[in-house]
Amino acid sequence: MKTENITDTSKRKFLGGAALTAGIVIAPGVLLQTVQAKPDDQPVTNKVRWGMLIDTNKCADDCTDCVTACNTENGLTGFERPETDSQWIRKVTLKDKQTGHVKTLPVMCQHCETAPCADVCPTGASFKREDGIVLVDKHICIGCRYCMMACPYKARSFVHEDLTDQKDHAPRGKGTVESCTMCVHKVDKGESPACVTACNKEHKAMYFGDLNDANSDISKRLKQYGGKQIRADLGLNPGVRYQGV
Amino acid sequence: MVSWFQKNLQNVMLAVTALLLATSVNVNAEVAAPVVPKGKGEQCVEPTAEMRKNHMDMLKHQRDETVHNGVRTKKHALKECIACHVQPDDKGQVARFGEDEHFCSSCHNYAGVNVDCFQCHADRPQELIGKGHKIKPHHTADFKDKTINKDALQALTKVSK
Repeated sequence: MKTENITDTSKRKFLGGAALTAGIVIAPGVLLQTVQAKPDDQPVTNKVRWGMLIDTNKCADDCTDCVTACNTENGLTGFERPETDSQWIRKVTLKDKQTGHVKTLPVMCQHCETAPCADVCPTGASFKREDGIVLVDKHICIGCRYCMMACPYKARSFVHEDLTDQKDHAPRGKGTVESCTMCVHKVDKGESPACVTACNKEHKAMYFGDLNDANSDISKRLKQYGGKQIRADLGLNPGVRYQGV
Repeated sequence: MVSWFQKNLQNVMLAVTALLLATSVNVNAEVAAPVVPKGKGEQCVEPTAEMRKNHMDMLKHQRDETVHNGVRTKKHALKECIACHVQPDDKGQVARFGEDEHFCSSCHNYAGVNVDCFQCHADRPQELIGKGHKIKPHHTADFKDKTINKDALQALTKVSK
């Protein structure tokens, strides 16, 4: 009986794998956002490097769907105090003074390869996962906010007030620094970050995928059309790239 | 007085023990043992004795594995403890951390051990959020609706003499 069960499982796994491969071959357009789910018991590896590509030409001036999706997904309820409320992703407006051309783009944690936040953290709370996602381990964050000063992208927020009713996949609390996690809880399940999913409903300006995989949609797009790093002069090699800026 | 007590501590202890034994006084009768709410499931992930003694080590190990390495096994995850052990009562109300009826605080209140887990983590299963008692953890007022009632304001601004 036991042997039979084991056989069944492996067969199912094999069939599942075959179906997934077939899915990618048959309908690459439909499965653009599909990323390989990591087994729950396996640690992340540096074989993948998660990244994002944002096509600012497709990003609509009046759309804030990515911001709303982020706030909903991670339970970022503010106190209507914009100076101090947490903000993991924000829309930045650029205006060319000569031509008057206005452009907006979302800016969040750029998930740098050599992250300044992790460099300056005195406790090791700010760190980069093997797969390139930069996080704060709030268990060891002492709330000193050096990382906020070090971040050239102004991507981090400090929680100033007591919170209740946090999401169970995104624990947050007073006295710690936080920022975009690239929806790490979703990525580990093989899903895309909430902002990317929301953007893809209408404007399709955001792409998520593995920068190390030459065959991933994001890598192909970057190869074909290129992508800029914000403040590339700092040499941080961020995981978030922009087109049209 | 103190030095005499320290010198003779062993003798004093012996005398007290002998007295207690002689009179058969039940020293535990004064404080009731905590009533720990029953979980949803049939059996915990580890034997009860093991959980009582080592749950903190398991949680801490799991927390590091999850945050730093993305290991998301459910067996020793806090989220799963809460999902099973924190259940609504007959009226559909869920105890908050800090109340004696909450699984974690039932014991922690009794033992006088303070934990910080629920400053960040949800103290109820996600589907039950919003159904808890209106008691706030950490004795703070809820300013979310930007109003504060008179009693809460008085409690917060009262100067102890």
